Amino acid sequence: MSELIVNELSCQRGYNNLFNDLSFSLTAGEILRISGTNGSGKTSLLKILAGLSGAEYGNVSYNQNQVRSSEYQKDIFYLGHLPALSPELCCRENLSYLSHLQGDNANDHIRDALIAIGLKGYEYEYAANLSAGQKRRVVLASLFINKAPVWLLDEPFTALDSNGIAILEKQINKHSNNGGICILTTHQDCNLSDMRSLSL
Amino acid sequence: MNIFIQTLARDLKMALRNPSSFLNPLLFFVIAISLFPLAISPEAHTLSNIAPGIIWVTCMLAVLLSLNALFHTDYDNGVLEQMVISHHPLPLLLLAKTTAHWLLTGLPIVLLSPLLGAALFLDSDSIGVLMLTLLLATPSLSLIGAIGASLIVGIKNSGMLLSLLILPLYVPILIFASSAVSQAQFDLSISAQLYFLASILILSLMGSPFVSALALKTSLE
Repeated sequence: MSELIVNELSCQRGYNNLFNDLSFSLTAGEILRISGTNGSGKTSLLKILAGLSGAEYGNVSYNQNQVRSSEYQKDIFYLGHLPALSPELCCRENLSYLSHLQGDNANDHIRDALIAIGLKGYEYEYAANLSAGQKRRVVLASLFINKAPVWLLDEPFTALDSNGIAILEKQINKHSNNGGICILTTHQDCNLSDMRSLSL
Repeated sequence: MNIFIQTLARDLKMALRNPSSFLNPLLFFVIAISLFPLAISPEAHTLSNIAPGIIWVTCMLAVLLSLNALFHTDYDNGVLEQMVISHHPLPLLLLAKTTAHWLLTGLPIVLLSPLLGAALFLDSDSIGVLMLTLLLATPSLSLIGAIGASLIVGIKNSGMLLSLLILPLYVPILIFASSAVSQAQFDLSISAQLYFLASILILSLMGSPFVSALALKTSLE
């Protein structure tokens, strides 16, 4: 049974102790929503889970693979605040490179993913010409392509309209029904089934 | 290996679509060198004496000028984050980016150097040696520069910091390369200098991607 285990995690930023002895585990199909006030450490927690920054104490593992091992990193998909798009490249090229970084070649699915996220006809549009919401949608199209079982989404609903939010919620529910794990932070109310909550 | 080629191709494509990013340092290289005859003396003897130094110093400054952009754009838009957390070895990805940087900065400088050497009255044998030293040493400039660029990537308005970090490491290359060209003008042996430049290249090729990867991970924390 695949399981994401977070064990006695502590994180300090500057002089602030953000959280201490944080432990939880998630099994296949579970969705976890992390809530908390601004500056409570939601993004820091996701960054630690993504292997981007280190924790003061504690460890994180998925299927016995420790965070920052290449097996662990292969199983996660992380989406931060930044769009992860290069303005000089078109949507297709951006998504293609992101999928190569993930380790799979998804060139055949990019068109379908863009249609699914509501960007039909934008395949060859440069990222520089897109609005903030459209950029967000392009990156979220990766969720329709990648095969990583663990999704770490930092404020995925930001800049999306109601239609975009509905598409994203549907995709997260589908991912969880297929046995995937999703951890997300958001201030908005969202309509997700089987959602657990963690308050920092 | 596939990801190396993908990253290299991506960086080259991005640069060609935004040519000012790599043309500016090259223009600086050409303009700066062509100003020296106007300021010092148009006389062949004087110019050919100082040509090796002028060309090498300007080359180094041009490379330095281009290094700021090496990781900054990918850092700003978040792609660098995705590179760091991907399961591919980060040193390989950074080596690909550094190779792209050399192809866009170092290689054009090597190709432009015979023209500029001739403009400064270098004889044809010395021009050959000049090209050889540039070919041997510009990859080292890119590789060592990548370490500095990854150290300062998280710092806003880093300005002169990169030059302060990197220039001392460039000094041995400058000494060996320009003295090789000067000695070639007097038909003296230059094998010692070339061996040094080659060993610096191998050392930086082996070490730089790993050190840059470490520095980058620290910068992004």
